[in-house]
Amino acid sequence: MKLGLTSDAMRLVIPALSMTVLLAAVFWLQPRAMSYFGLNLLLNLAVPIALATIAQMLVMAVNDLDLSIGAFVSFVACVTATFLRDAPLVGTLILAGAVGIYALIGVVIYLRNLPSIVVTLGMSFVWAGLAVLMLPAPGGQAPDWVRWLMTVKPPLMPMAIVASIVIAIVAHLIVMRSSLGVLIRGVGGNQRSVERAGWSIIAARAAAYGLAGVFAVAAGIALVGLTTSADANIALRYTLLSIAGVILGGGEFTGGRVSPIGAVIGALTLTLAGSFLSFLRISPDWQIGAQGAILIIVLALRLVFNRVEKRRAQP
Amino acid sequence: MTIRKMLLASVAVACAAMPVSVFADTADKKIALSNNYAGNSWRQAMLTSWEKVTGEAVKTGVVAAADAFTTAENQATEQAAQIQNMILQGYDAIVINAASPTALNGAVKEACDAGVTVVSFDGIVTEPCAWRIAVDFKEMGRSQVEYLAGKLPDGGNLLEIRGLAGVFVDDEISAGIHAGVEEYPKFKIAGSVHGDWAQDVAQKAVAGILPSLPAIVGVVTQGGDGYGAAQAIAATDRDMPIIVMGNREDELKWWKEQKDANSYETMSVSIAPGVSTLAFWVAQQILDGKDVSKDLVVPFLRIDQDNLEENLANTQAGGVANVEYSQEDAIQVIEAAN
Repeated sequence: MKLGLTSDAMRLVIPALSMTVLLAAVFWLQPRAMSYFGLNLLLNLAVPIALATIAQMLVMAVNDLDLSIGAFVSFVACVTATFLRDAPLVGTLILAGAVGIYALIGVVIYLRNLPSIVVTLGMSFVWAGLAVLMLPAPGGQAPDWVRWLMTVKPPLMPMAIVASIVIAIVAHLIVMRSSLGVLIRGVGGNQRSVERAGWSIIAARAAAYGLAGVFAVAAGIALVGLTTSADANIALRYTLLSIAGVILGGGEFTGGRVSPIGAVIGALTLTLAGSFLSFLRISPDWQIGAQGAILIIVLALRLVFNRVEKRRAQP
Repeated sequence: MTIRKMLLASVAVACAAMPVSVFADTADKKIALSNNYAGNSWRQAMLTSWEKVTGEAVKTGVVAAADAFTTAENQATEQAAQIQNMILQGYDAIVINAASPTALNGAVKEACDAGVTVVSFDGIVTEPCAWRIAVDFKEMGRSQVEYLAGKLPDGGNLLEIRGLAGVFVDDEISAGIHAGVEEYPKFKIAGSVHGDWAQDVAQKAVAGILPSLPAIVGVVTQGGDGYGAAQAIAATDRDMPIIVMGNREDELKWWKEQKDANSYETMSVSIAPGVSTLAFWVAQQILDGKDVSKDLVVPFLRIDQDNLEENLANTQAGGVANVEYSQEDAIQVIEAAN
């Protein structure tokens, strides 16, 4: 720790650096993006991705993986565009019930010792089916308050950036500063010692999954606020994007090592990478590959960094 | 001097051909194509047509640029981001084939608010500020029955091959076919199967239902299923009914073989992938200041007995019969809607 940074802060260096580099590259390619209006256009679709990434991060904090998040966000989007607008009470109840189911899944996975990947993959079909039932044909309309929230023009900074900062701070307070957050990360780090210390693992896992459900619901609502109406397949891409976002932001698959601020930065980076490639006019055949290359470069940088860190830690 | 004369003459011809001179007004405008998917022959043909027609338009100075962008994953959120990027890139008009009729509305609204003209086609968007070039799928279904009514004055039993269950296009074409049967009550739909717009699926489905059907005089289809139906029926001892084709190369080839062998008669109808070029010209006309109705209908491409050879020759192996639209075609479509 010669740099005088905590390991949490070190974890953020690479994500922050890669985001800055990409942002600079985007500004260089497209100077028009360097404005209030431009930044909002560039980043507003990153807001629901950031929320979904935080949800994924909470599940990953307890060493699980959620493959249903894309379908769940789509489902929430469909509820938001139908019930939450026409019958706010029913809509709220449905969403609360969905969060409850999320917590329940966390408990079932732990109690029956099931692989989370399989359970959540199964749940993804359930959510997708429910979404189609709710909205057989694309349509619906965003509630006015949601639309207002996502198109509001705050002074100084565009909505996308204000929202990202708020999400990062809230998630940071919950995961890094609250005792519940410590417990959730503890379960991911060493479940047995947390158990021996007298904590309820069931409660911790239920809380982690429930919180993930809350953030995923927020992601769905935010997404409909941006698109104005829903589609049962609207967010299927979010499953992999959210996992990539967590990893890009300095999180790890095991050990309860996660970073909420990093996760938000990871989500922004992924969005910027897409715009960067589109401004570069890379042919679509190469775009997925190029996106993968950006991911691999960032991860390789992190490995190098980790090694340097380790060497420093040793006397 | 002769060159100058020739140039002058060609300019004169060009001016005479175009009712209004459009070159000056849109010469500095940039148009982008936002496409959600490029993974089948129809979409590939659509992109090729776009490149060919807009490349020419850029070269002759009608517009400054006409770039095509395709999203890598066919996802609405990805396409929404793509459209927002196009606004930043300063395009004057965006032509969209949308991944979802509703999920892009937010991005489309952003574009309209930024003063960008948005024209959607094939996969249209519902946002009211955008223009829509829709296909009249109902009419496509109805016209098949109308054709059969002309060919078969006595009527009879029809077999209907539908598309992919639950998709809007399937419902529309089928509704059109049923409306046609109501109009010509001498026909009766004796059976209906889902062919999923794929020859192999259609062949299996038709082979499965055939034993339970009475004599069939006609097969109404949705495209991509006529050849499979023909194969299934040829495997039995039934007479070959009139199978309406869907402009696919294998269907046209089979039709040609039958035509040469036993003067088989039918017709073929589908949407030309070149509809992207119609959308381009409509966008150009809007940028030019024309008053264009928000909802336009694209004519579908119909192939009949006498122009079969010509269309077959122009269709790539494994492809779809295509037609590219010109500026005059677009003006016609616009005027028809007004």
